Amino acid sequence: MARMKFLSDAERCIECNGCVTACKQENEVPWGVNRRRVVTINDGVIGAEKSISVACMHCSDAPCMAVCPVDVFYRTDDGVVLHDKDLCIGCGYCFYACPFGAPQFPQAGAFGLRGKMDKCTFCAGGPEPDKSEAEFKKYGRNRLAEGKLPACAEMCSTKALLGGDGDVISDIYRERVTRRNKGFEAWGWGTAYGPGGKPGAAPAAAGKKS
Amino acid sequence: MKRTALIVAALVGAVVLLPGCMEVEQTATPSKQGKYQGKPDATPWSNEPLAMGPKWSKGDRASWEEQIKKRQLGQHEDRRIYQ
Repeated sequence: MARMKFLSDAERCIECNGCVTACKQENEVPWGVNRRRVVTINDGVIGAEKSISVACMHCSDAPCMAVCPVDVFYRTDDGVVLHDKDLCIGCGYCFYACPFGAPQFPQAGAFGLRGKMDKCTFCAGGPEPDKSEAEFKKYGRNRLAEGKLPACAEMCSTKALLGGDGDVISDIYRERVTRRNKGFEAWGWGTAYGPGGKPGAAPAAAGKKS
Repeated sequence: MKRTALIVAALVGAVVLLPGCMEVEQTATPSKQGKYQGKPDATPWSNEPLAMGPKWSKGDRASWEEQIKKRQLGQHEDRRIYQ
């Protein structure tokens, strides 16, 4: 049984925001709502800058599911955490509970009124007839029903973002890590893509601004 | 005669109108806390595959999982490069 997860490789993410754009485009996410975003730490510090792509992580024991007062969340057979927007009251409890800031609320009214919660669906749609107009409008495209993986992971140019069954993608990541070069520097091209690549000129000392 | 008709009319009126004053029976289904209250969702493998795309047998979970696993392994570019 598959348990769909995302895995973001901080060594590879180049902060291109391709995943964010792919998600926006594929699901026609409204203005002001970002189901996925790229978070960068130590921005500009050579050797210390790291980025990861963050969205709903489809937790096995999801806190959003635990705190929802109207119980709109459910987990599919593939381990994807989805919700029924028809029942959502927009209270925002899930936003406070989520450690990743995944739940998003469209600011629909003049007074900052919260709309119904929107979040990453792992491109699995929601509780409407599969591939229907209603499903697309409320939840976005159902790529799993088309036999595809989430658009963000499939679009990732450096394959920093992996999406799929937790066992499969963690095997991919594990194999990637064991191939990584640790001789030259503990970061950079060799670390991200393994030995065989020709590293460029030696970088300046770590800690300097680029 | 007129009095009898009035009494009958009053009785009929009472029979017809009085239920309107009664308490309506409320059959609210109690929500089970922690249980999903929304609509059911279909499984991905219950769909027909696209004409141009990955193939699986409709309704067969194993075949859907097999093809999606192949797609997941396509993300392993190290293997594609080194083999």
